[in-house]
Amino acid sequence: MKPFEHVIDQHGPAILRYCAGRVGPERAEDCFQETMLAALRSYEKVRDEKAVKAWLFKIATRKSIDIYRSHAKQDAPAGQLDPVESRRKSDQPGHSDVWSVVDHLPDKQRDAIYLRFQGGLNHREVGVVMGISESAARRNGFEGLKRLRSESGSWS
Amino acid sequence: MSKTADKQLESVLSPGKGATPADWARIRAEFASKARKRGLVDISYEIHDSPFGPLLIGATTQGLVRVGLSTETQEAVLNDLAMRISPKILSGSRPQIKLARKQLDQYFSGKRKEFKLDLDWQLTHGFRRQVLDVTDAIPYGETRSYREVATQAGSPKAVRAAGSALAHNPLPIVVPCHRVLKTDGHVGNYLGGTPMKEQLLEMERGTA
Repeated sequence: MKPFEHVIDQHGPAILRYCAGRVGPERAEDCFQETMLAALRSYEKVRDEKAVKAWLFKIATRKSIDIYRSHAKQDAPAGQLDPVESRRKSDQPGHSDVWSVVDHLPDKQRDAIYLRFQGGLNHREVGVVMGISESAARRNGFEGLKRLRSESGSWS
Repeated sequence: MSKTADKQLESVLSPGKGATPADWARIRAEFASKARKRGLVDISYEIHDSPFGPLLIGATTQGLVRVGLSTETQEAVLNDLAMRISPKILSGSRPQIKLARKQLDQYFSGKRKEFKLDLDWQLTHGFRRQVLDVTDAIPYGETRSYREVATQAGSPKAVRAAGSALAHNPLPIVVPCHRVLKTDGHVGNYLGGTPMKEQLLEMERGTA
């Protein structure tokens, strides 16, 4: 296996961007650190260079869901601003609506969209991260986009 | 649904800007520091500027494990360490590295004649280890021949093997393989190239 330093060189920036996409800019660094520490801890379990990218995104997905859930409980007791909306507003004004809809999609559609658009992965890679077939990954992505279009109208 | 609406949707979904270079450097350093504190890093390394180019200084918790000369690419040195010891390698400092860098600077400026560092010898075994142990004891400013070193290491006839052991010294400069010459007095080979060997010997002769 390559030195872990090179793993960070190669995949670090994409993972950081993905974390920022999933949990917002304020929590992105925490998410990144948690992801990379977990990855380093279990690095000996990765047998194949080619599997590293998907494995990192899998961990980052898990960590970002954990962070999202724990802050959802803290930030939004009954009635208050949805934590997704509050963090989105700071990053992409006017786009917060889309992501709050994404976050409420069925899990598989939500993850497929995050991995495609915030992770930059292709359908095959999305499938590997999610443990489903490439066509199932494609289907979940398209179903999710269909829902977004129908539920939210125009985005400009 | 129209194509423009599709494109709009996709642009809205695309990721924001990445971190600035300064932020990215900070985030990496924080990660390396956290990882070290949690005992997750097997080998730390830093790149040290020297009169002989950048040196890769690598250490485990046991001590200095590798000095990579500028004639070796960083990638090759690190890949070798990943294969032979562990891929849990991150750039960043350790007390052993700070100390090694300080002592190397002192050595290059003629202020230090002996290195006092904890060394991690796990990359060297058997006869090679004996050869390098003997080499380690050669005083500043002096030289020995390959034959003398082979003899002191217990195998007077294994001159070639002694040469090979020296060629595989993972800790050049600190373990002074540059002080070993051919029996006929010629400088002989060196990991960092013959000019570097000659310069090191000349520097030591001048200061001894």
